[in-house]
Amino acid sequence: MPMSTESQVQANAPAKAPTNAPANAPANTLINTPGNEEKDGKAFRPLIVSFCCNWCSYAGADLAGSSRLTYPADVKIIRVPCSCRINPLFILRAFQRGADGVIVNGCHPGDCHYSTGNFYTRRRMALLFSMLDFLGIEKERTRVEWVSAAEGARFASVMREFVEQIRRLGENKKLGDIRCKE
Amino acid sequence: MLKIGVFVCWCGSNIAGTVDVKAVVEAVKAEPGVVFSTDYQYMCSEGGQSAIRQAIKEYELGGVVICACSPRMHETTFRKAAEAAGLNPYMVEIANIREHCSWIHKDKEEATEKAVVLCRAAIAKLNLNKPLFPGESGVVKRALVIGGGIAGIQTALDIADAGYEVDIVEKSPTIGGRMAQLDKTFPTLDCAACILTPKMVEAAAHEKIRLFTYSEVEEVSGYVGSFRVKIRQKARSVNRELCNGCGECIVKCPSKTASNAFDEGLSKRSAIYIPFAQAVPNLPVIDREACLRFQTGKCGLCEIACSAKAIDYEQEDETITEEYGAIVLATGYRPMSLDRYDEFQYSQSPDVLTSLEFERILNASGPTGGSLLRLSNGEKPKSIVFIQCVGSRSDDGCGKSYCSKICCMYTAKQAMLVKDKYPDIDVTVFYIDVRTPGKNFDEFYRRAAEAYGVRYVKGMVGKVAEWKGRLQVQAVDLLEDKQLLIDADMVVLAAAIEPDPGARKIGAMLAVNMDQNDFFTEAHPKLRPVESPTAGVFLSGMCQGPKDIPETVAQAGAAAVKVLGLLSKDKLVGNPCVAISDETLCNGCSSCEALCPYDAITFEEKQVMVQGRRETRRVAMVNETMCQGCGACTVACPSGAMDLKGFTNRQIMAEVDAICR
Repeated sequence: MPMSTESQVQANAPAKAPTNAPANAPANTLINTPGNEEKDGKAFRPLIVSFCCNWCSYAGADLAGSSRLTYPADVKIIRVPCSCRINPLFILRAFQRGADGVIVNGCHPGDCHYSTGNFYTRRRMALLFSMLDFLGIEKERTRVEWVSAAEGARFASVMREFVEQIRRLGENKKLGDIRCKE
Repeated sequence: MLKIGVFVCWCGSNIAGTVDVKAVVEAVKAEPGVVFSTDYQYMCSEGGQSAIRQAIKEYELGGVVICACSPRMHETTFRKAAEAAGLNPYMVEIANIREHCSWIHKDKEEATEKAVVLCRAAIAKLNLNKPLFPGESGVVKRALVIGGGIAGIQTALDIADAGYEVDIVEKSPTIGGRMAQLDKTFPTLDCAACILTPKMVEAAAHEKIRLFTYSEVEEVSGYVGSFRVKIRQKARSVNRELCNGCGECIVKCPSKTASNAFDEGLSKRSAIYIPFAQAVPNLPVIDREACLRFQTGKCGLCEIACSAKAIDYEQEDETITEEYGAIVLATGYRPMSLDRYDEFQYSQSPDVLTSLEFERILNASGPTGGSLLRLSNGEKPKSIVFIQCVGSRSDDGCGKSYCSKICCMYTAKQAMLVKDKYPDIDVTVFYIDVRTPGKNFDEFYRRAAEAYGVRYVKGMVGKVAEWKGRLQVQAVDLLEDKQLLIDADMVVLAAAIEPDPGARKIGAMLAVNMDQNDFFTEAHPKLRPVESPTAGVFLSGMCQGPKDIPETVAQAGAAAVKVLGLLSKDKLVGNPCVAISDETLCNGCSSCEALCPYDAITFEEKQVMVQGRRETRRVAMVNETMCQGCGACTVACPSGAMDLKGFTNRQIMAEVDAICR
């Protein structure tokens, strides 16, 4: 699955963007890259929707919390019973409403609470992501990650990394419906 | 419009330290439906819960949002509190502002902002919540055990001893399974038959247990609490009511050339036979493939010999249908076929045996009457080589990737039994590793090596060749780093075990998954090891993974306890968050049916009202007892007819909208 590699991220980053930012940078350390600044001078804060399955990833996120592992507050979690409950339309809706990134989290393949749910997720999201370029939206704004209930640290690091990736990509202007913006 | 109350928890300083709870309370007041919002130090405490109950009554709330810790922590607590105040428990939504907010963010402004967004999302979802009522279903107070080996017998005895009826379905003519074939058992060397046969007799005599031997499960429908199972009892050609088990028919039978499966094909048996002397039930069966009467029409000696007039050549298969509340799978294992291990001369030389065949040779009721003889010439062997891990822990594509777990111990046992009877025989064991975790196991292995003088060589055998009437074993000693050539009279191969091939068909009937090695998958590898992913179906013994007899018996007991927990209930309360199909939208395409892991979706021809007209359509129906609420079907549905209660499309969309506002 699209585990975004560093080279992918760099390829999509603006030309002058610093690429040596530490992955575990504190939440309020923002990278001021051209185009990532809004008119009022405030740094770009992406809006990120993170879907988590109830059994593994949501519990992983809980563990990140109880271990006090920080990741940017830009990430907002929505709980679903299984990653296979996530309709690709939810993701498109989020982009349409102005989300800058959407990440789907499920149990590791083979560990699904419902045995086969995340296999469906894997196929569906591969299809959706391949369609995103066609729609004119960078597919790096989406990702599928497998996070188990024991991987609190991994959840936090995946979120940090994803937020960083979205910050480099900048605001989602292509699919966002301007009528949805205030 | 739903009247909503919002309760923001401080969790002492856990939340209030980073989130400005008062600001959250104020910020959500303008949200649609919110008529009341407040904060409290510990929402989960009795004081907090009573504040919720009071507010529900005072403001006639239709739903509540609790902004507190993870729903995995206190969702049940708050649902109960709401229910106590007369609210449907599913009209409670939790915004997780502790684990997902206050504990991970340092900046108070940022954390407060996020808490407000999470709370808004919960309010948006709650506005679309509907009261949900879990379905109830009855429980048939009877269990079915599939497989009559030690696992099945023990499970059935434990259930029956607790006072519930159990049926055992066994495909062979007798119960007992693989354990009945064994000579001695490790690490105590007590004889397998001595400890197994009393259990077989006890099962047969138990008033709560019915045995269906020489029978197979043909069809399963239904769900937890009420499975309908079709059992085919194959024709034995012997009337069970009349037969007294005298065995006269077996003596008179002229066809004595059929391969004896109980001796792993090392001996012959008659066409009418009892698998072994202590078989339960002690009832012969005619093997129609081998019987002269059935093949040529010209015999009938057994009928003449039978004084009880029990032989019935006309007997036909019988099919019965029974109902069960729970099903236990105990389908067992077999040693894998060694066809692809030709380098060991298994198919060419009668002196190369699998361990189970060797077990039969050691056994007093086996093909050699218990004397250790070479099958090629009937002479006593001078040297025996055991080769371990034949097909186990293999990466050559011919074998199994897993460790079969029991081979190290039974090889030590067989080596010890040989040395005990015949100290002059040279015994060599080739191993990759000797794995002996278990009570008194390592002591047992060391006794074989040290006290009995069994030679253990770390290394694998490359080839076994026939050489001047003996066998030459070409191997490598890894510790000494040298090639070995050993002359042997017998070679015993510890063949990997594999699940019984019949398990696949039964697993498919019950929608129980198998892993890549065809072992049944448990519901959770650590916390639910004896439950299958299908509710009401449990696992016992080798069908779940390699294990020895003590472990099998322990797991059989655990499966029985789970069955008893189920059967002791009068009603099963389901999870109301299940899929629901809108029959006016469903186009009957069956996309959902194919991917449901629980077989919970069926199709029915149904009269449906569409735009005022009555139409007959093929529509999806969800069985609420079988559905576990994963939601896979909702996404697959092309017409949007399928939805998941508690996590509807509109609810999740509303959450997305609230977050992206």
